[in-house]
Amino acid sequence: MTNGEINLRDLQHPDIPVPEEMQSNIAVTSLSSLYNWARSRSIWPMLFGLACCAIEMIATAASRFDLARFGMEVMRASPRQADLMIVSGTVTKKMIVPIVRLYNQMPEPKYVLAMGACASGGGPFKEGYNVVSGIDKYVPVDVYVPGCPPTPQALLYGLIALQKKIERQSLGVGASVPWYGGGPSEEVPVPILGPDIVDPRHAELLRKEAQKNRVTPTVAEMLAESAQPESA
Amino acid sequence: MTDQVLPQVTDLPSTVAALKERFPNAVKDDTRSGYQGVIVDPAHLTEFARVIRDEFGFNYLSSVTAVDYLGHGDHLEVVYHAYRVPSGGKPLVFKAQTDRNDAVVPSLVSIYPGADFQEREAYDLYGIHFVGHPNLKRILLWEGFEGYPMRKDYHEAYYEQETKPFDSRWPGGHVFRAEEYNPFGHNVRYPAGFTLDDYKPVAEEQLQQGMALGVDIMGDPAFRTDRLIVNLGPHHPSTHGVFRMMVALTGETIESLEPVMGYLHRNHEKIGERNTWYGNMPFTDRLDYICSMANNLAYAITVEQMMGNQVSVPYRAEVIRVLMAELTRITNHLWAIGFLLNDLGAFFTPALYAIQTREYILDFFEATAGSRMMCNYMRIGGVAKDLMARIRSEAALINDKVRDMDTMEYLDKLINDRLPRSIDELDELLSESEIIKSRCIGVGLLPAEMAIAYSASGPLLRASGVPYDIRRADPYSIYPELEFDICTRPNGDIYDRYYLRLDEMRQSVRILKQILPRLKDTQGQPIFGGKTSYSIKVPAGEAYGHAENPKGELGFYCVSTGGGNPWRYHVRAPSFINLTPLGEMCKGQKVADVVAILGSIDIVLGETDR
Repeated sequence: MTNGEINLRDLQHPDIPVPEEMQSNIAVTSLSSLYNWARSRSIWPMLFGLACCAIEMIATAASRFDLARFGMEVMRASPRQADLMIVSGTVTKKMIVPIVRLYNQMPEPKYVLAMGACASGGGPFKEGYNVVSGIDKYVPVDVYVPGCPPTPQALLYGLIALQKKIERQSLGVGASVPWYGGGPSEEVPVPILGPDIVDPRHAELLRKEAQKNRVTPTVAEMLAESAQPESA
Repeated sequence: MTDQVLPQVTDLPSTVAALKERFPNAVKDDTRSGYQGVIVDPAHLTEFARVIRDEFGFNYLSSVTAVDYLGHGDHLEVVYHAYRVPSGGKPLVFKAQTDRNDAVVPSLVSIYPGADFQEREAYDLYGIHFVGHPNLKRILLWEGFEGYPMRKDYHEAYYEQETKPFDSRWPGGHVFRAEEYNPFGHNVRYPAGFTLDDYKPVAEEQLQQGMALGVDIMGDPAFRTDRLIVNLGPHHPSTHGVFRMMVALTGETIESLEPVMGYLHRNHEKIGERNTWYGNMPFTDRLDYICSMANNLAYAITVEQMMGNQVSVPYRAEVIRVLMAELTRITNHLWAIGFLLNDLGAFFTPALYAIQTREYILDFFEATAGSRMMCNYMRIGGVAKDLMARIRSEAALINDKVRDMDTMEYLDKLINDRLPRSIDELDELLSESEIIKSRCIGVGLLPAEMAIAYSASGPLLRASGVPYDIRRADPYSIYPELEFDICTRPNGDIYDRYYLRLDEMRQSVRILKQILPRLKDTQGQPIFGGKTSYSIKVPAGEAYGHAENPKGELGFYCVSTGGGNPWRYHVRAPSFINLTPLGEMCKGQKVADVVAILGSIDIVLGETDR
C-alpha cells in the first residue's frame, strides 16, 4: 500500500477468474468489498487523548511509526468528522459524560478502539473511586489493545485488526452491522453526575436497590455476604 | 525578591525558637517520633503565616495537604511546607489540627495565593472547610459527589481490604472480577434510597455560579459587545489532555477564566495508601507520564529519607539516576516546545521534529528499563538494573533497521552530537521566527512576585526571573558535584518560558557530558543498596521529599505508621499548582492566546488530576 500503489489482487474475488496478465488492471469484486476496502483505508480517528496512552498515540502518528501509511493520519478534532474513537487512557467518572456525548455525536459507521489496560478494563486504577472500569461499560468497543501503555507497534496492530474487521462487514441484507439496517441506531444515554456516576439505563435497578434502603455494599461486604451461605 | 532586611535567623531551629517565643501559647513543637516542624493553633494560623512570610522570609508556600489520623489521635491535620525563595534551604513545616466531625481551618489564600487549589483539594477529598477561601468548592470531583474519599473511613465501591496485598489474592490465590460483586456491575456506590426519579444534578450549575452566568449574557447594550461563556475542553485539541477552561469573554478579550479539572482524577493517592511502599513506584510513572524517570527519582528520594540509614544509594546508582533524570528533562522540554508550536497554530510539523529526537532517548529507556514510557526503573536504595552492554531493538519496524550497538557508544553519540544538534535546530528554526515572537513576547505575563506568591515552580518560576532550582536550593543525589547554571529569563512571558526550556536543555546536555565519564569510571560497581526483601517496612514518621522535575517541583509527602504501607501518600504536583496563576495570567488577553499561555505552563493531566 505504499506510494499510492493499489494492489488490485487484494480485491479480486476468488471465484471469478481473471487472466493473470490482466490482474494488475482489472478486478472483479463485490460492492461490499470494494466499499469496505476503501473505507478501511481511510479511517479518520478522532483527535482525542485521555491520558498516558495518548502520548503513545501521538508517537504512533508521528514520523517514526507513521500512521499515514494506513490512511489514518487525518486526526479530526470534531467528532462529526471522525470514524474512529481511540479511547486512549483512563476513563474517569467525570470524563465518561463527555465521552458518551462525543460518541453519540460521531456519524455512523463508527468504531471504538480501547487503547491500553485502563480503557479496556480499568487497568491499574480500576479500584479508584472515580474510575470507570472499562469504556465498554458504556459504549460498544470494536478492538481492545492491551498494554500499559501499548507500544506504537501494538496500536498499529490493533488498527490493522480494525481494518480487517471492517473488510468483513457486509452491506447486504441481514447486515452484520447496525448502520446498514433500517433507520438510525439508538444513542447511548448520557450518564449523570449524581452522588456517584449514574447510568440512566440503571433507573429500574436503582429503584429496586433503593427499596433495600442501604448504601451500595462494597466488594468486601458482598464477599462476606456470599461467604456465609457457602460455608453453610 | 523583597528588599526588606530579614532577621539574621537562617537556620531552622533558631527560627522555630523565635517563633515559639513570638507565639508562646499557639505554637508548639511536633514531638511525635519521626515528625518535624511545629503545630500551630488554628486560631492563630493566619497571623502565624503572615509573620513567617513577612518577618522570616518564608515567602513560598510549596505544599498544602491534609492527613486523616483516624485511630491515631482521631483528628484531621493540615500540613504546610514553606520555603524561602530564591535562597533555598530546608522547609518550615507547620501543621494545624482540627476535629474530624467539624473540620474547620482558616484559609491562607489571602497570604499565600498559591494555597488556593491545594486548599480546595483538601476540602474536596477530606472535607476540611477553609474559612475565608474565596472559592471553596470541589476541584477534582464534582459538586454533588457523596463523601470525602480520602478520609480513612471512606470505602470505595471496589473496596476489599485496607491494604495490599489483599488476603484473597495472597496467600489465598483467588482471583475474581470486582464487577461481579457490585449490584450494578459497575464501580459505583450510591447512598441509601437513591433513585433517579426526582434527582437533579448540580455539578454544572455550581461550576457556573462563579462566572455570573445567566446574569448578563448580552452585556450592557451601550457597549454592544456580547458577553459570552466559552468552554474550552475537556475535549479540545489545545488542552494537552482532558482539561477544561471556562472563559468569560467580552468580544475576544478574557474577562475571567475558571480552570475545571479532575477529568483524569484517577485516585492516585487513595490507591497509593493501599499499596505497599514498593508498589507505588510504577504508579509514580503515571503521574507525569512524559517524565516517568524523574517521578521515580522524587519518590525514591522521599522514601529513602524516611528509611534513614537502613538504605544507602551506591554512587553508580546516583550517576544513573541523574543520567535518567536529565534525559527525561530533555524529552519533556522537547515535547513542550513542539506542542507549544501546535498551540500557536503550526499544527504538528514542529512537533514531529521534537518527537523524532525524543524517540532516540526513549529507545535508550526501553533498552534499559524495558519500557518506553512507564519505566518503573528506580528503586528505594538504587536502580532496578544496570545499563545493558548493548542496545538492541528486536522488534524491527519496516522503516527501522535492526539496531545492535554498544550502549556507551550510543549515549556518547546521543549526548555529544544528536541532542545538541536538535536543540540548535529548534533554536534556529523557532527563536527568531517573526510569528513566534509576535505571538509570544509580552503575552501571558507572570511577574516574579506573583510567581512566588502563587507557588509557581520549575520553568514557569525561572522564566519570571527567580533563580530557584531545587537541584541547587535543596540539593539531592550528586547534583552538588556537577557543574551547571540555573537558567532564568527576565520577563516572564510565553517567549521567555519557551527560551528558558531551550537553555535548560543545553544545561542538561552539559550535565550529561559530565555524567558520561562517571558512568565509565563506575562500570561494574553496585547499583542497589536497599533491602532485597519483597516488601519493606518504613519507620514511623513523616517526610517531604522533592526534586526539580522538568515541570517544576515534584514533592511527595509521606506519613508512615511503621507498617508496610504509607498512611499518607501525597503528591505535590507541579502541573496542578502551576495552574493556580492561570486565571490571573489570562485576564485581559485574547482568547487565542489562552491556548498558548496554557501550553507555555506545560502541564500534564496525569499529574494535575492524579
